[in-house]
Amino acid sequence: MTMQIADTVSLSSPEAKARARAAAARNNLRTEPQAVRIAIIALAIVFLSVFVVLPLVLVFAQAFSRGLLAYAAALAEPEALAAIKLTLVVAAISVSVNLIFGLVAAWAIAKFEFTGKTFLITLIDLPFSVSPVISGLVFVLLFGAQGYFGGWLRDHDIQILFAVPGIALATTFVTFPFVARALIPLMQEQGTQEEEAAISLGASGLQTFFRVTLPNIKWGVLYGVLLCNARAMGEFGAVSVVSGHIRGETNTMPLLVEILYDEYQFVAAFAIASLLAMLALITLIAKTILERRLEDGEESRDH
Amino acid sequence: MTIEVKNLVKKFGNFAALDGVDLKVDSGELLALLGPSGSGKTTLLRIVAGLDWPDAGEVVINGEDALAQGARERHVGFVFQHYALFRHMSVFENVAFGLRVQPRAIRKDQVAIRARVKELLDLVQLDWLADRYPSQLSGGQRQRIALARALAIEPRILLLDEPFGALDAKVRKELRKWLRSLHHEINVTSIFVTHDQEEALEVANRVVVMDKGRIEQIGSPDDVYETPASAFVHGFIGESIELPVQVEGGVVRLGDRPLRLAAEGLAPGASRLFVRRHDMLIGPPGSGAFEGAVQHVRNFGPVQRAEVALSGGQTIEIDAPRDRELRAGDTIGLEPRRYRIFAG
Repeated sequence: MTMQIADTVSLSSPEAKARARAAAARNNLRTEPQAVRIAIIALAIVFLSVFVVLPLVLVFAQAFSRGLLAYAAALAEPEALAAIKLTLVVAAISVSVNLIFGLVAAWAIAKFEFTGKTFLITLIDLPFSVSPVISGLVFVLLFGAQGYFGGWLRDHDIQILFAVPGIALATTFVTFPFVARALIPLMQEQGTQEEEAAISLGASGLQTFFRVTLPNIKWGVLYGVLLCNARAMGEFGAVSVVSGHIRGETNTMPLLVEILYDEYQFVAAFAIASLLAMLALITLIAKTILERRLEDGEESRDH
Repeated sequence: MTIEVKNLVKKFGNFAALDGVDLKVDSGELLALLGPSGSGKTTLLRIVAGLDWPDAGEVVINGEDALAQGARERHVGFVFQHYALFRHMSVFENVAFGLRVQPRAIRKDQVAIRARVKELLDLVQLDWLADRYPSQLSGGQRQRIALARALAIEPRILLLDEPFGALDAKVRKELRKWLRSLHHEINVTSIFVTHDQEEALEVANRVVVMDKGRIEQIGSPDDVYETPASAFVHGFIGESIELPVQVEGGVVRLGDRPLRLAAEGLAPGASRLFVRRHDMLIGPPGSGAFEGAVQHVRNFGPVQRAEVALSGGQTIEIDAPRDRELRAGDTIGLEPRRYRIFAG
């Protein structure tokens, strides 16, 4: 009890008041007034709700608007199944090709010195800076009936445009920076010393790669593959140009969504769209986990 | 195992990292490559290891042409300045690495590998860390593990690149002693690179002093300290007083003042006089070759260090025993007990 009284007394003393004012001033220096804080946070929440959460909710709401059965039926349509299968096949091809390309490019850039290295790095970024439609058109110019290789391809009865190879090529082109981009800074930071140590201990090139290099970059590889896959499955522009929109044959999921929507088949369109939205959510979660892994790796290196 | 290097040249662009280096290392030696950064010592070590290739010259290890072999075939243990431990492997697996990647025909079985790794961890006195990861070790522990890993393959020669360069002073001193006794125990031909003269003089049997891609002097620690072969070596090893002098007609001059120093056999012209700080004997004014006024005096453990303004205008630092009374403002005579004069 005596303690409490003492406290009240000391609080009312001029010295204590001055101290309280000083503390308040410090708080003011550190943060904005409460009203401003609330306004800023509210703005962010409203913005995110309108532009991110609401569309996501709407996609699922529309997909299930006629009930679970209609949703399941829309996904079981042969056209839908064909689109899902094609999307998976194209993603599998472009991700594997880009995985190999990305590893080789990142290895070359991070571990060797050669002329034209800066140019190569710039070149890797090209697909990010070119509109996907242009990327698609490039393949039309190359392999189309009037294109450079068009005649030769026709003579040999090889179909690239308006078929799986064309879609896979366009998707691969659009997505090739992801793996390389994820690995180059990681491998540059790690340097070549561990590889040199492995070789001086008698390891062969392959042993060095699989036992030393790959384990060091595995989270970076997964990160690159994840982003590459998300983009490969969701790519619209480039694929739209080269696909030819042959129903049940060359429509990927994003293309099919557009077609179904144009035909007022909203449930079917949003059912497919909901699959893509789920892919996005899974990608986001996996990305967060991987980023944490990558940061942990960096911390353990700093000791 | 002997190592012989003949007329080695290595250029990076226009910069000559090695500019004609000849060196012979005897079996069982512990040799230090000493020099400032950019002197080419690390490049020389990496070429011997097979991690770099020379533009010209020869490397012969135990009579075999090493340049015909890759780093893998040379059977050389290499210890890196920043350890280069495999960060995703435990200490045990790091040490076992060299044994696990051997060709199947000569690879040891699990039990033998386990025994060998344990033996090596005992040797570096870190057997209790076998299950840890490199990020959980201190710098000194990491470097000892790196050494154990290099020794696992029973290397013909051991190369260490600034092995203690990334460690703090106290750990560095401990590891120096430890490395010397370890070398005594395993007696493998070893070369280590350092820019720390104290380290080179304390650890090595023989010291190679390098500068600008060339070898300046090869000799025992006593040789390079007592009889430096060049102005660079004198200036680089030990703390020296350096004064610009003129040699003319058998007389050594500092500015316009003749010094009472012997000048036989010296080429006439601009030269540099080197004296160790502790080799300047203090006497009454007029007693020595130099005369000067004490500016200030500081104590450094067993010695006192005085800044002296010479009558010619130059300021030098000398070390004197603590019992010799010196005060700022004193005028003293200085006589170099030992000195060397190099042309140029």
